[in-house]
Amino acid sequence: MEWFNDFWSTYSTLVFSVGVHALLALSIWLTLSCGLLSLANAAFMGIGAYVSALLTLQLGWSFPAVLLAGGLAPALVALIIGAPVLRLSGVYLAMATLAFGEVVRITVLNLEITGGPEGLNGIPLLTEGWHIALILALTLYGLARLRRSKVGRAFEAIKEDEVAARLMGIDVDRYKLLAFVLGAVIAGVAGALNAHFTFFISPREYGFENAVDIITMAVLGGTANLIGPVLGASIITLLPELLRSLHDFRSFVNGAVLVLVVLFLPKGIWDPRRFRGWLQRVKGGRA
Amino acid sequence: MLEQQLLNALTLGSVYALFALGFTLVFGVLAVINLSHGAVFMVGSYAALALVTHFDAPLWLAILGAMLISGTIGLLVDVLILKPLRARNAPHLIPMIATIGVGIMLTSAAQGMFGAEVLRFPEETLPAGEFIVGNVHVRALELAIVAIAFILMAVLFTLIKRTQLGRALRAIAESPKAAWLLGINVEGLFHVTSFVAAALGGVAGVLIGLDFNAITPQMGQPILHKGIAVIILGGMGDIRGALIGGLFLGFAEVISKAYLSSQMGDAVAFGLLFLILLVRPSGLFGRKLERKA
Repeated sequence: MEWFNDFWSTYSTLVFSVGVHALLALSIWLTLSCGLLSLANAAFMGIGAYVSALLTLQLGWSFPAVLLAGGLAPALVALIIGAPVLRLSGVYLAMATLAFGEVVRITVLNLEITGGPEGLNGIPLLTEGWHIALILALTLYGLARLRRSKVGRAFEAIKEDEVAARLMGIDVDRYKLLAFVLGAVIAGVAGALNAHFTFFISPREYGFENAVDIITMAVLGGTANLIGPVLGASIITLLPELLRSLHDFRSFVNGAVLVLVVLFLPKGIWDPRRFRGWLQRVKGGRA
Repeated sequence: MLEQQLLNALTLGSVYALFALGFTLVFGVLAVINLSHGAVFMVGSYAALALVTHFDAPLWLAILGAMLISGTIGLLVDVLILKPLRARNAPHLIPMIATIGVGIMLTSAAQGMFGAEVLRFPEETLPAGEFIVGNVHVRALELAIVAIAFILMAVLFTLIKRTQLGRALRAIAESPKAAWLLGINVEGLFHVTSFVAAALGGVAGVLIGLDFNAITPQMGQPILHKGIAVIILGGMGDIRGALIGGLFLGFAEVISKAYLSSQMGDAVAFGLLFLILLVRPSGLFGRKLERKA
């Protein structure tokens, strides 16, 4: 077990990050699965992180209660802004949610209680590996069940053709709001988990770049099923570490990988249809 | 004091407008949110600096050179990345992510070549004159920036409103397919648009680099956010809107920084933006645009 301890002491933060990023990628997968291109998830993560960290620091709530609050606070915000924002679609929704993210970031930057630009320091390290593993597993299970449920099928119908879905009697606005709020819950819990293992949070971590990172993880991995976002999150998190030996060119290669994947793997890295195609070719070769 | 602030606002606003014009042009014609536009802006700045310091080029030549270099990058991005994506009809999220990758590559390349520290134009290369009108100090540099920005914008407007090329571009913005059926060389004009837009972004980079005299690899990021704000404000793909929106943002920023706190100014700007999006999703000057996906 010695090697494991060594490994864990060096890389535990990295493993934690993979888990948190996977949750974030799944949160945006959920909204995408309903056809919503929402880029508010970094802001929701920030709201979850700040609310939970403040509850721990100021009121000394227990960790489970803090996590719950970290999920519910952004859900409440999503509920409030959802009705007006979700009237928009496509690129306009993306822009509106980005602008919302900036509003959140700048608000946090200027509030007294959030510590302004210095952020919050000295958040107790309460998150343990199994917390993240458990919540990720629960989220995956929940989303897998959701996909096969009436709700999941309604999401898919809305994604494919909103007008047709509405004509079939699906309450499009309600389901969109549901996807938006559930996405906010997952992102908020991810933020709460993140805040309690990084010791320190600041508004810089929840801005435009992070919003873009999250969507990148999901699209890079592939959005056909739940494996894609998790895979994409792992790659985006681990790639900079794997490329450490390249020093200055690290982020250059990072960018190049992004471009190449988009160019040559249209449906993301995890694309079941492509795999099936390969399988058939192998079979065809034998016959 | 107010007059001085208004001059600063005009300088900043005209550069924002120039930047946003390229951004909105690509969105209007190619229907792509080009998130590498900020990095191209940064490249323009470094290109001019390198021409001035390493090749002793005069400033006007450096500006032309920077246009050419950044324009070429825009052209390459279109030919190598956006064209194959168009060919396979990728949903609009995909080209956006590809341009994120391009932005990362350009930023880290600049950092590798020039380092992460702040670079400056040598003092003697900047136009030095300064004169006083009423109680306003006018730097020749500011005057040059405003002049260059407005001349370029005037050229672009004439190009788009008065020439055959402009008519073709507007036809493509309406519908690329219909334009193609009418015999317009759609692919060729996509390339031209990408070149022109990136060249405008590059010039904006040089002008901001001159105005603040500070160039860093990260300088493209904040202006990208502002570019997004401007094209939302002005209506996405709307050229006139980008001009008015850019000037408006310049004024809003300078005035709120002078009379409110520097940070809350940004919050007010983006809060306003958020409200505009809720009330008028197509922007203040946008038309119709509720196309079905």
